[in-house]
Amino acid sequence: MREESLKLRPYLDEVGVMIGLEIHVQLNKLNTKIFCGCPLDYHDDGPNTHTCPVCLGLPGSLPVINRKSVEYSIKVGLALNCSIEEHTQFYRKNYYYPDLPKGFQITQYDYPIASSGYINIEGEDGEVRVRINRAHMEEDPGRLVHEGGSIERSKYTLIDYNRSGVALLEIVTEPDIRSPKEARRFLDKLRNILEYLDVVDTTLEGSMRVDANISLSGGSRSEVKNISSHKGAERALLFEIVRQKNLLRRGGKVVQETRHFDEARGVTVSLRTKEEAHDYRYFPEADLVSLRVADWAPGIAKTLPELPDARRERFVSQYDITDDHAKSLTSEKKVADFYEQVAAEVDSKLAAVWIADVLKGELNYRDLGIDAFASANMVQMVKLLAGDKITEQSGVEVIRTILDEGGTPDEVVAAKGLLKAGGDLVTAAVEEVISENPGAVADYQNGKQEAVNFLMGQVMKKTKGRADAKEVRKMIIQRV
Amino acid sequence: MITVSQTLATIQDSSAEEVVSQCIDRIETSKFNTFITVAKESALEAAKKAEGHTGPLAGVPIAIKDNISTKGIQTTCASRILGGYIPPYDAHVIERLKEAGAVIVGKVNMDEFAMGTSTETSHYGPTLNPWNTETVPGGSSGASAATVAAGEVPLALGSDTGGSVRCPASFCGVVGLKPTYGVISRYGLISYANSLEQIGPIASNVADMTLLFNVIAGHDPRDSTSVPGEKEYTKALVDDVKGLTIGVPKEYFGEGIDQAVEKSVWDGVHRLEDLGASWQEVEMPHTKYALAAYYVIAMSEASSNLARFDGMRYGLRLEKDHDWHTTYSEIRALGFGEEVKRRILLGTYALSAGYMDKYYLKALKVRTLIKQDFERALKSTDVLIAPTMPTPAFKLGEKISDPLTLYMADVNTVPVNLSGVPSISLPCGFSNGLPIGLQIMGKHFDEETIIRTAYTFEQNTELHTKAPEVV
Repeated sequence: MREESLKLRPYLDEVGVMIGLEIHVQLNKLNTKIFCGCPLDYHDDGPNTHTCPVCLGLPGSLPVINRKSVEYSIKVGLALNCSIEEHTQFYRKNYYYPDLPKGFQITQYDYPIASSGYINIEGEDGEVRVRINRAHMEEDPGRLVHEGGSIERSKYTLIDYNRSGVALLEIVTEPDIRSPKEARRFLDKLRNILEYLDVVDTTLEGSMRVDANISLSGGSRSEVKNISSHKGAERALLFEIVRQKNLLRRGGKVVQETRHFDEARGVTVSLRTKEEAHDYRYFPEADLVSLRVADWAPGIAKTLPELPDARRERFVSQYDITDDHAKSLTSEKKVADFYEQVAAEVDSKLAAVWIADVLKGELNYRDLGIDAFASANMVQMVKLLAGDKITEQSGVEVIRTILDEGGTPDEVVAAKGLLKAGGDLVTAAVEEVISENPGAVADYQNGKQEAVNFLMGQVMKKTKGRADAKEVRKMIIQRV
Repeated sequence: MITVSQTLATIQDSSAEEVVSQCIDRIETSKFNTFITVAKESALEAAKKAEGHTGPLAGVPIAIKDNISTKGIQTTCASRILGGYIPPYDAHVIERLKEAGAVIVGKVNMDEFAMGTSTETSHYGPTLNPWNTETVPGGSSGASAATVAAGEVPLALGSDTGGSVRCPASFCGVVGLKPTYGVISRYGLISYANSLEQIGPIASNVADMTLLFNVIAGHDPRDSTSVPGEKEYTKALVDDVKGLTIGVPKEYFGEGIDQAVEKSVWDGVHRLEDLGASWQEVEMPHTKYALAAYYVIAMSEASSNLARFDGMRYGLRLEKDHDWHTTYSEIRALGFGEEVKRRILLGTYALSAGYMDKYYLKALKVRTLIKQDFERALKSTDVLIAPTMPTPAFKLGEKISDPLTLYMADVNTVPVNLSGVPSISLPCGFSNGLPIGLQIMGKHFDEETIIRTAYTFEQNTELHTKAPEVV
């Protein structure tokens, strides 16, 4: 296997940066919460409207496991190359916090649902492997809303229990990541896989929350908590590396602490310097019986979709496109699906260029998703280009016009008169230009090469840009 | 004491409203401090609706231990911290009772959060034993048994974590069952030690107890530990023990056992022998470790189960709020009684890093050994018979100041909870005017055999017709 030949990296490279991530993934594509029947689609509703005795932790209420959440977790575990334990068991993690209605969180400790996996990512120099220590299931707590926004300044805090009991899968990596950029690539890759598995809607707020552990040269580590975006993770880690480096350079010492990333200012601030002696008193949750999941895994493995790495390899061989294009096209499931729809009808190589290099850039510039452009339009576009009906320059204009004003390629081409000019028209234009500009013709004949450019410009003007520049040049040189 | 058949007959003659109204009169003039909350209005309303109801308990009043959630009726666990808490939902057993037409007349006293053996740790004061008001009714479901013994209601629900149904049944001379773990849904039972406790029925005789059990037992998808299936337990009410083999574990007749208790229980075994059963002594060698293991497990679970009581959303609230750390600890300091605090602290200690292996995990190992004791003993026998409590009811205040001595009283009941098997306590004699309880334990999910044994014993003695003089 290709993965097996990948070597683990040396313990530390010369920079000495070690990063480990803990990612809390909300399984928000389930219908209900992890231990009760409350619905998950609360994002547009008022606070505390999706609650029941169970997710409010009322006295006497009992949890019942959502079987689908276990299936989804196994699915993710398998996609992350983890082994699935024979039995899985829930534990109680005991601590007091206002958003925790029972005074304990139901989570996993020994016997997590999945362990010992890995993801391969694009490292600074080639593909590298990031090991996954484990993935365990747990319940999300409620959400604190500090009146006035900041915890220091607010007079009171409100608690919304709509989020309480949403199924989380916490994915914990080994400290195998070496740079903020790698961390971001890891997170992007993970999101990509989760999207392929169709278990998370990553566009919803709070669907992927990251805690990052970071240390330099094996020194003390700091933990940056609750980073809400991948870009934020990269920035927070970059800030931490610079902060820790400067501290060490000045002869200081990095202390083990928990820090908070202030997204607005782009800095991390200390939350707790002396790590509180936390004793969570983990012990088995007797209200939930141990689940024998060994029998579930083989069936779920059969339902696994093609994952990004496999799809990328297939794109290269099936569509005869470059690895870079395949990578770009598979980095989002929707884009890959879009590409396959287009490639089924037109030249796959040309489609790859136009989707990966042009369309994605234009979408990104406008902060739009692939949904903003119909695949039928791309099919029409590629047909126009392949049939030599429009120039590349016109192609770009068509895409921009459709994104900004709407319409189909045929409509835009007709409205703007972008159809590539036919041979007769160009020949006539060349003749006209030559007879109208005897001075420039003479200059060229006397060895002044730039004169051709002037003549070409005149031809393009007459044909309103619809002529192929290379061809025009050739014709002028032949003619004079 | 009143039976269900008497009650149903009275309802026929007059009305459910009349019966419930008389029942509430008795409760309101009770000398035994049995009720914390009387649900007069809702009970009379339910009685009205019970006219024409075809359920087996149509119009029959029932008392509910105050740790079982009742929609719209205050539920306090006899603790100050839950004062004023009105659950917005019914426990599974309450739903079942309502379907059967039963009328919830109110919530009865108990040891605070079911922690105790005497109903003396209640925030609402101790309940008195109707046989002798200087003695305790047992605990923690003391008032559930006392209210039945006093003839205030024909039926009551208790909960049994380490003997809390059987101990008061024994002290008050009534019949109580701790079913197999998983047979009655715990949904709505406010947890003290969730891996041990079960809701249990209490009545003045075996048939009524079985009828009540039949109504509340059965699968509930809201409790993961609830077992599938439904049974008709009333079919086990058969007066016949021929061919039955009784095991008598000698370890249950140990140090500190009252002579009258020992004699009455043996008399009971011989009475069943006369009726066609045979008996043999069995060994249950790990019994001596049961008490220690039980208290470690129960307290560990309690420390976690009681974490949710912080006064933020329900129950006791202070006039002035501080930061949340301080507010939590002030509310918990004021809201919990001494015994509850003792168990939370000991449980927290037993689970903490460094002590987990020494106490909690060790206790789990003992639990496995106790289970094996039962499996072995019940391989060659059908039921086990032993004293429920080593003594008759003790005096109020006699043991409460010495928790360890009090814990010792549970020596014969806790192994049953550790192993999860079912067990019935029913009267088998008297000592100085105080009832003595006989305990019949059975195999997992074999409630039928212990019900049949208890029913046969009862039908062939006069004990269940005796009642305390309460006027």
